[in-house]
Amino acid sequence: MNAYPARRRRFLRSFGTLVLLAFAPLRALAAQWNKSAFDAKVVAESLKHIGAESIADSGQILLKAPEIAENGAIVPLEITSRIPGTQTIYIFAEKNPQPLAASFDFVDGIEPFVATRIKMNESSALRIVVKADGKFYGTVREVKVTIGGCGA
Amino acid sequence: MADPMRIRVTLQDNVADVKVLILHPMETGLRKDPVSGQIVPLHFIKRVHATHNGKTVLDAQWSQAVSRNPFLNFRVTGAKQGDRIAITWEDNRGDTASIEAKAG
Repeated sequence: MNAYPARRRRFLRSFGTLVLLAFAPLRALAAQWNKSAFDAKVVAESLKHIGAESIADSGQILLKAPEIAENGAIVPLEITSRIPGTQTIYIFAEKNPQPLAASFDFVDGIEPFVATRIKMNESSALRIVVKADGKFYGTVREVKVTIGGCGA
Repeated sequence: MADPMRIRVTLQDNVADVKVLILHPMETGLRKDPVSGQIVPLHFIKRVHATHNGKTVLDAQWSQAVSRNPFLNFRVTGAKQGDRIAITWEDNRGDTASIEAKAG
């Protein structure tokens, strides 16, 4: 027997409304979650799946990341692209089991900036790739990780 | 369930600075439960979608490598007082949630 029928009903009702509200925009999204790029075990393979055949080094990608991350479970990042026509920012932690951590598509009316927190399994290169006007640009930074974050 | 999401929108010079905190375990599928010793199954947010007055501004794809209780900060341009900023996420189990805030 359910000991909390009223509470459960209330929860289900509010949750149902939430789901209805939420589904419309998500279903309208054009791009599918890029499974092959996220499942890839090495950066080069993942890059192939996002269509990046060649990447130009760019000084126009500003990356704020800690030199030493004491806790690999929480590595704060701030990325700003000064490349005109920036469409997507990709974050790769090279030595994670699957290097591609996240991608952000910028549509109209947003600055090419994002800040978030990722997990890093061990000290490795952090690679930011920017897609702008269909071309790919990148920057790399070494981050030392004291305690790995993938078992976290 | 506690607040599953928090949002803060700060408007300055027609730019809305949006900070979002989502309560989600973001399990990598590699972690062992310290009590049972069992592997905790993969459970992570795959999609995050942001709109400004109903129009898409940001569309993110995430992996399990985004930290637990994800934090996201972005800046919407051409924003005015009272504009609506909404965030929706969906995880690998098909669970989803939304939150909306007004600029200003």
